[in-house]
Amino acid sequence: MLNNVSARTQSSVSIRELSLSFGSVKVLENLNLDIHDGEFLVLLGSSGCGKSTLLNCIAGLLEPTEGQIFIKDRNVTWEEPKDRGIGMVFQSYALYPQMTVEKNLSFGLRVAKVPKDEIDRRVARASGILQIEPLLKRKPSELSGGQRQRVAIGRALVRDVDVFLFDEPLSNLDAKLRSELRVEIKRLHQALKNTMIYVTHDQIEALTLADRIAIMKSGVIQQLDDPVTIYNRPKNRFVAGFIGSPSMNFLTGELAEEGGHTVFKTNGVSFSLDGYDAYGPLKGGRKVILGVRPEHIKVDGDIAGGEVHEAIVDIEEPMGADNLLWLKHAGHVMSVRIGGARRYAVGAKVRLAFDMSMASLFDAGTEERI
Amino acid sequence: MDKSLTMPTISGQAGSRLEAGPQGKRPRKTLSSRNIIVYGALGLAALYYLVPLYVMVVTSLKGMPEIRLGNIFSPPMEITFEPWVKAWAQACTGLNCDGLSRGFWNSVRITVPSVIVSIAIASVNGYALANWRFKGSEIFFTILIVGAFIPYQVMIYPIVIALREMGLYGTLYGLILVHSIFGMPIQTLLFRNYFVSLPEELFKAARIDGAGFWQIYFRIMLPMSLPIFVVSMILQTTGIWNDFLFGVVFTRPDTYPMTVQLNNIVNSVQGVKEYNVNMAATLLTGAVPLIVYFVSGRLFVRGIAAGAVKG
Repeated sequence: MLNNVSARTQSSVSIRELSLSFGSVKVLENLNLDIHDGEFLVLLGSSGCGKSTLLNCIAGLLEPTEGQIFIKDRNVTWEEPKDRGIGMVFQSYALYPQMTVEKNLSFGLRVAKVPKDEIDRRVARASGILQIEPLLKRKPSELSGGQRQRVAIGRALVRDVDVFLFDEPLSNLDAKLRSELRVEIKRLHQALKNTMIYVTHDQIEALTLADRIAIMKSGVIQQLDDPVTIYNRPKNRFVAGFIGSPSMNFLTGELAEEGGHTVFKTNGVSFSLDGYDAYGPLKGGRKVILGVRPEHIKVDGDIAGGEVHEAIVDIEEPMGADNLLWLKHAGHVMSVRIGGARRYAVGAKVRLAFDMSMASLFDAGTEERI
Repeated sequence: MDKSLTMPTISGQAGSRLEAGPQGKRPRKTLSSRNIIVYGALGLAALYYLVPLYVMVVTSLKGMPEIRLGNIFSPPMEITFEPWVKAWAQACTGLNCDGLSRGFWNSVRITVPSVIVSIAIASVNGYALANWRFKGSEIFFTILIVGAFIPYQVMIYPIVIALREMGLYGTLYGLILVHSIFGMPIQTLLFRNYFVSLPEELFKAARIDGAGFWQIYFRIMLPMSLPIFVVSMILQTTGIWNDFLFGVVFTRPDTYPMTVQLNNIVNSVQGVKEYNVNMAATLLTGAVPLIVYFVSGRLFVRGIAAGAVKG
């Protein structure tokens, strides 16, 4: 049910029961989302999950089939993009090729017939913040990718908007520039304290930038939480597998009762679940999936106590700061992250301890966290 | 240590090999059988197109006595421009004896407004179809495409009646209207495909900046579309200038376009056939499309390529 009262809260952007379909294809379905004032929200998902579509709906570039959108407590569902108080930064920068940087920045203001001195003042302020003053007289074709993206951000900046929308703004840049601009966007957010909605498929961008992350799949938000919660307490197996690199280890097995405790059992090997923070009481006989991140399996010297397993080194992948071991145990191959200085020979025997307080258990049927 | 020691010796060897240069003679490329075939074929094709043009040019520069000798390939013994003057200013068609100049100016008066009107409308059509997907735009587009494939002959009679009812039959305005409408499908298709090839995000950015339909068209799209405007202009100018069918059907003798008048000069059955005047008249009529191609040929190729390659 549509509830206008709930939209009038502290939130900057509210999305109510939003659905959108292209013909018979449903891209977004019954989506609800509240974004707080000044929050940096990242929409994360693989391509085709509907994250860009959602952003375009907020921007007013796509008409939702059903549902409503509120920005600053104003129902903007049928408003023109320019009247919504939003600015948008695109993946391809979308700078007007025939205009200089200065004209690019001021285009929106000139269209809105803002007085000349006010335009100059705002362009000067935006180019000062983004440090693009030396580029003002240049054409976009004479700029590098990073400079272009800065100008694109500036175009949103001069319009004094409430909400910034970023549509994969760093995807066209090389790795080094990407991490530089990532920091700059974060700094910009800290300085401006605007609401920002940021679409990406890059989990590093999501984890580093976001106050909260909304992970999307097939037009549905799977989990909406702060990065730490998303990382450590994923709500379902999809979220658990999507976030983290290398990916979380998944062991398929079942719960069993042993000596008065519930344990996880796979291929005849039992794992104590001591320390696991379950939603409810765990009962034996249930088919489950145990998920453990590579850094939450302790090896040899790191073991502080608890149940100890033995495994054989299958492959070693030294990555500089870290060393990734692929270990064979209980009929599974699992990855373990250890310090880069510790090296193992292939075939060596190692002792393992699982940090169950950081592990995740999912129901094998629903794949939801239990 | 061993590895680092071997490195300089390897690069040293490579250096000496570079100095020595490649072994043996540079392979010759000029008179290979492949080149003979390629250039021979190209030359033949060029000849095939150029010989008729050559015959026309030399004939138009000869006097009638020289033409009667029958050597059509021989260059003129005495160059005369009289046939050109006669074709332009004195040749008779029916009662008018003021040459092709009348047809030339009629054609200009037909072509210029037709080109401007059809491009102006078609570019806006294409822009709307590419960027402002309205309800039923797909159906509209399909109908337009079908329109491009309907043979003109089928529609002549209905158009004659329509023009008569509007009181435009036999006037230049009527013909301008017909040309503008018939250019629409293919021109719209051309512009739509070009605008679709421009990045969609530019359009979105302009909308967020608050620009409306016409502001985006004039301030964002137009400055980026010079190549396609040139292509469209060339296609329309040559097409309308060379048109014969509509010209002969929808105008009267004193408003005949140049092509129709040329036909009347060349096909007149009275008196002696003045081949030199006919040739000169034909060259004069063909000069306009030829000049258009020469002047804007490079832009034309660029525009075609821009529409085709850009994804």
